[in-house]
This record gives sequence, structure tokens and C-alpha cells, in this order.
Amino acid sequence: MVHNKLFFAFLFMLWLPLAHGGEAVPTTDDVALEKRVMAVSGELRCLVCQNQTIADSHAELAIDLRNQVREKLQQGMSEKEIVDFMVTRYGDFVLYRPLVKSTTWLLWFGPFVLLALALGFLVFNLRRRRAAMLREESSMSAAEHAQVASLLSETDKGVQS
Amino acid sequence: MIPEIGHFALIMALALALLQGVLPILGAALGNATLMSLARPVARGQFVFVAIAFACLVQGFLGNDFSVLYVAQHSNSQLPTLFRVAAVWGGHEGSLLLWTFILTIWTLAVAQFSKQLPEEMVARVIGVMGLISVGFLLFMLFTSNPFERLIPAAADGRDLTPMLQDPGLVIHPPMLYMGYVGTSVAFAFAIAALLGGKLDATWARWSRPWTTVAWVFLTLGIGLGSWWAYYELGWGGWWFWDPVENASFMPWLIITALIHSLAVTEKRGAFKNWTVFLAIVGFSLSLLGTFLVRSGVLTSVHAFAVDPARGVFILAFLGVVIGSSFVLFAWRAPKVGLGGGFDLVSRESLLLVNNVLLAVAAAAVFLGTLYPLFMDALGMGKFSVGPPYFDAVFAPIMAIAVFLMGAGPFARWKQASVAEMAKPLGAWLAASLALAVLVTFAFDHWTAPIIGGVTLGFWSLLSGLAYLFMRVRESAAAGTWAKLRTTSRSTYGMLLAHAGIGVFILGVTLVKGYETSSEVLMHLDETATVGGYTFRYLRSENVTGPNYRGVRVALEVTKDGANVTALYPEKRVYNVQTMNMTESAIDTGLFRDLYVALGEASVKDEWVVRIQIKPMVDWIWYGCLLMAFGGVLAVTDRRYRLTAQRRQPTAATELAASQPESCRG
Repeated sequence: MVHNKLFFAFLFMLWLPLAHGGEAVPTTDDVALEKRVMAVSGELRCLVCQNQTIADSHAELAIDLRNQVREKLQQGMSEKEIVDFMVTRYGDFVLYRPLVKSTTWLLWFGPFVLLALALGFLVFNLRRRRAAMLREESSMSAAEHAQVASLLSETDKGVQS
Repeated sequence: MIPEIGHFALIMALALALLQGVLPILGAALGNATLMSLARPVARGQFVFVAIAFACLVQGFLGNDFSVLYVAQHSNSQLPTLFRVAAVWGGHEGSLLLWTFILTIWTLAVAQFSKQLPEEMVARVIGVMGLISVGFLLFMLFTSNPFERLIPAAADGRDLTPMLQDPGLVIHPPMLYMGYVGTSVAFAFAIAALLGGKLDATWARWSRPWTTVAWVFLTLGIGLGSWWAYYELGWGGWWFWDPVENASFMPWLIITALIHSLAVTEKRGAFKNWTVFLAIVGFSLSLLGTFLVRSGVLTSVHAFAVDPARGVFILAFLGVVIGSSFVLFAWRAPKVGLGGGFDLVSRESLLLVNNVLLAVAAAAVFLGTLYPLFMDALGMGKFSVGPPYFDAVFAPIMAIAVFLMGAGPFARWKQASVAEMAKPLGAWLAASLALAVLVTFAFDHWTAPIIGGVTLGFWSLLSGLAYLFMRVRESAAAGTWAKLRTTSRSTYGMLLAHAGIGVFILGVTLVKGYETSSEVLMHLDETATVGGYTFRYLRSENVTGPNYRGVRVALEVTKDGANVTALYPEKRVYNVQTMNMTESAIDTGLFRDLYVALGEASVKDEWVVRIQIKPMVDWIWYGCLLMAFGGVLAVTDRRYRLTAQRRQPTAATELAASQPESCRG
């Protein structure tokens, strides 16, 4: 990823003699760990913010929770264990992406089910209209057909003139 | 004294709105020409009084009248003049007055530009808009009076929330409200048609330009809001699926569907009920959105009033509007007449599939926004729905819609053949995919969603180009320029709006796929390199604004040694509300933005700086502009201008006006 390459570019440049001041140090040393922290943080909602993850937010609680995530990763907990820990502590609300469980089936599958039903209904309705139109046409009498034909030929003549 | 005049003006406006809402509709039902003719003058009168009230409130802000509670809550003597005017709609009561004011402006426009409509229709449309006015005026006068006094007067105001002190605030709400309120015109036309029992292609022809103009404003309003969030909120995001954003997006989706549905109803007289239904739903969502943020049910960046009394009124108003319109619909929707018939594969059916997709997308957004509320109310657990849900559900549905959007214009009315359409389009689709692969090769990685998104973006653009080629080929005129001129403005409007969608999708896909960000701790003279750009911390200096103090950091940006620009992110503390505000610094480019924001400083001249490179992010808003411009083109089509000119129809102009558009037009 671009992130990786840039960071190693930083590290490399730190060793180059520079005429002016040095390279700014990224706020972290271990980029692989940081990626994992950000990945887990991206799944957790910042509870004091308006609709942000703790990865994005600069709020104190967010920074605090990110630090906790980092500590736990360093202690060897897996990503899933950390997320479960947070859920136990803060409830389902802390998950940025709602779980797929029975109480959220309607949420996750509802739109697609609705789409299938609606498209099906549309096709059914269109077929029915088509059938109704054809019935109407075939129920016209021979005299009406002749009338239509003469009207059409009149209009054609009008356009041509 | 002036606030009292404003208050009185509102009461007068309410009286006139009641007359406007009741008498013309009664007149239309009874066939009484006198009552019907009251519509326009009473509407003008209501406009005058609401304008007076609005002017009084603006004067309260300009004159720093802190004896008015609303002014004291949202203004301050140090607040610059421009923001003092914008603060008029920075809070709940004032924004309601703005809504009402804009409603009277739209009503005035309908009264003015409706000379060719039959009197009963005009009377009913203006009447319905009058009734909506009544609702808002009652809401203001009973629960949210902007002219309420504060006794004793405050020495100085509480200042406008710093986040709102921005030129974007001046324009975003008025633009958005023009869109929201515009949906009430489409709604009024629909109700008028139901009341009159005449629901036909002519009605669709009249409704169309009004609906399109509302759509244009809504598009611009939402785009502006997104752009404003991007540069104001400081973390580089531009859409958060925030409940209030969703509240504006749902009407947009429905009104987009309505524009397309009106096309079918106008050209083929088909699916009239669905069109009327969409108009009602669009406005209902608009009302729902306006009120969702004032009921205290949701918390968000936008949350306004949090007051249960207001919530009850809102619920009642929503119930009356939505309930009565659906009852009317069920009662009066025509049960006879199928309109023009068409095949399972035809332009009509494709437009209807478009409608289905847009409506389902709106339903998905609705579901995601309100699900946590419902679940919480039912005691089935507290959980949150955020961007991951909306991205996962919304994107696939819209992807299908965008694919069909490119193919749609190639389908004939009444009967189309997939094989015939696939011949030219297959090649263009392949070309889009090839371009997508090329573009992603310019970056260093790719994923299937990115390729898919970029392909759709190019598809939107190329299919429009293909359509133009086809028109030129088939035109009977001599010379390419003449051939292009035979294509109507509304067709160009369509192509431009669809191209806008393509530009938008390219922007969204590429910025989400390839943005990079880096957080560095910077000291004086240090550099950081992100995405090929080198940022050097030059200096920091204290700044003092009219109502804030802060620190500004100067960063020099170079690329491969060549100077690119200088960026000046700031950290401000506002005098009155003592809120820390981050002012991000953005270098806008055609193909990328450089976005810098300051984090926290612990020591002097040491800052945590967040640097983001955002490729193609401005294409998001260029796309919105293109869409809006396409809508404007469509509205200025010859057919709408001709009807205005036609005072005394002669045989020649009748023939000219009734020339059918070409079969694919």
C-alpha cells in the first residue's frame, strides 16, 4: 500500500544528511501495528462524536480507546476479541457496522428483498397491461378496424401534402 | 418595536394563508370564478407579510437587538455582518421563517408563471400551498416564535456556533430550502390533479418544469452541504450518511424518480397514478426531513430544537399532510384508462425500472436512518447504523440504475429490442472497462469495486457521447452543426445531467479508493512527505480575528523540488463560545486536493499535522454542478418558452408547437 512505501521512505530519509531541519516523525513507530489499530478502530463508533469512528476522531475518548486497542493488540488479543470486548462494555451501539443477526435481517436484507419484489411486481403488471391492451384490440369490431385504417390513411395524406 | 411588527406580520400572513388555502379550492369545487380569482392576489399578499416578518428578523440581527431571544441566542456584537445575516437561519425558529418565506416565493412564482394553466388548476395549486403555509405559520406562532422577547435584554449575544461561521452557511440552507419547498409545488400539482379528477398527459407537461427546478435546487443544496462539510469539519470527509444528510437525500432520490416518471406520463399518458404517488411521497419525505432534526429524536451535527412540544406538533402536522393526501389518492386516483401500451422491453419500462431502483434506494436509506430508532423504541436493543451499511446496500442498487441510465436513451418508446441496443452499446461498455483498467494502472493498486465504479463512471460519459453520435448520424439536417442543433435542449439537459452522474461517480470511486493520509508530529523546519508532495513547517504565528484568537501554521508545499503552494491551517478559539475550531487548509487542484489539518499541540511550535492527498475529490462537486446545469437546460427547452409566447395561436405556430419530437427524442 502507498502508506507502507511512504513510511519506509520517511525512515530512509531520516538517515540522509539534510541541509535544513530533519524529517517530521510520524506519530507512530510501528506501522504494521498501527494499520491493525486503524483497522479495528474503523469498526468501532466514537461514542461522543456525531457519526465518526474512533479511527477518524480526535476526541479524547476516541484517542483513549485507540490507545486501549493498541495495548490489547500488543498484548496479543485478536481483532475479534477486542471488538467483542468493546461490545460487552458498550453494547451493540459501538459497532459502526451493524451485525447481521436476527434483529437486523430486515435491515440488511430488506432492501434487496424489496427490490426483487418490486421488479417482480413491475414485470407482472406490465404483462397484465399488455394482455389487457391486446384483449381490447382484438375485441374491436371489423367496422372499427376499417374506421381506424381510413383515419390513418387520411393523416398520412395530410402529412405528405 | 420592530420585532412586534414582525410578529404582527406573521399573524396577518396566517390570516391570509387561511384565506388562500380555503377559498380558491372551494371556488374550484363550486365552479365559482370569483373565489378562484382570489388565489393570486391573496398569495401575493401573504408573500408581502412574510417578507416583512423576515425583514424584521434580519433587522434584529443587523441592529444587534439582544432583547429578542432568538437574536441573543445566535448572534453577538463581534459577529461579522455577513454572518449576522446568515445567523437569521442558523437556528430553529429563524430557519422555519426562512422555509415559510421561500414557500411564499415559490407560490408567487406559480402565481406569476401560470398564465396558460386553467383557472381551477391554478386555484387548487395555490390553495394547497396556502394550506402548507398555514401549517408552518401555526407551528411558528404557537411553538417557535422567532420574535419572542428576552426581558431583561441580554448585554450581548451567545454568538453563532463557530462551525456555522462560514460563507457556506450563507448559501447552503437557502439553496437546500429552495429545493425542499420546491417539492411542495410538485405535490400541490398532484393534489390539484386528484381534486379535479383530471389526471392526464397535459397535467404532467405542466408539472415537469416545476419539478425539475426544485430538483436543481435540491441537487445544488445537497452538493453545497457536502462541500461545506468537507472544508469546514476538518477531517476530510464529505458524506457521512448522517440522519440529516439522509433526510435531504431521500427526497432527492424520489424527485429524480419523479422527473423520469413524469416523462413517461407526459409522452405516453401512462402510469399516472405512480407519478402522483411519487409526488406525494417526495414532499412527505421533504417534510419529514425538515422536521426530523427538530423533534429531538435524532442527534447529529445538524440537530436543531430539542423540545417535545414541538415534536408533538410536527407529528400531528405530518400526520395530517401525509394522511389526507393518501386518503385523497386512494379515493380519487383514476381507475380507468391504461394510457399508451408498451412492451416489456421499451423506454417506458426501462424508465419504470429506474423508478423502482431509485424508490428502493430511498427506502433503504429510510430504513437505515430510522431502524435504530424503531428498534430502540421497541426495546429490541440499541445499535447504530453508519456508512458501512449504507455503502454496502446503496451502492449495488445504484450501480444497476447507472448501468441502465446509459442504455435507456437507446431504447425506443413502446417497443425496443435488447439485441438492437446491445450492438452499439456493447463496444462502449468494453471501452469503459478498458479505460477503467488504464486509470487504475496509474495508481499502485486496484480492487474489483474500484474498477467497477470507474467503469460505471466512464460508461455514463461514453454512453452519452454514443447517443449524440447516433443523433448526428440519424438526423436529416445537413452538416454536423445543424444536426446537433436539431437535438432539443431537454435532450442535452438529460445528457449533461447523466454525464454529471458519471463525473460524480468517478470522483467518489477514485477518492475513496486512492486517498492517502498521514499523521506526523512536526516541529519548526521539519518536513513530511506524503504522496510525492513535501510539506515543510515554516513558522507559526498568532492570529486575531473579529471574534476569535488562534494560531496559524505556515506550511510550504513542494513536489520534486518545485514549489507547489503554501498552506495555512489554523487552530482557533472563539471569544464567546470558547470552542476549539480547526480550520483546515486545502489546495484545490483539478485532479487532486491537498488537505491539511492541525491536531493538538502540546508544546509551542510542535504540532500534530494530518496530511491527506485526495485524488479527484472535486469531481464530486463538479458532477453536482453538471447535473444542476443539465436540469437548467432541460427547463429552458423551447416547448416551455413557446407556450409563454403563444398569446394568439396561429396555424403556423400551432403546427410548430405540435411537431412531434423524433421517435427517440
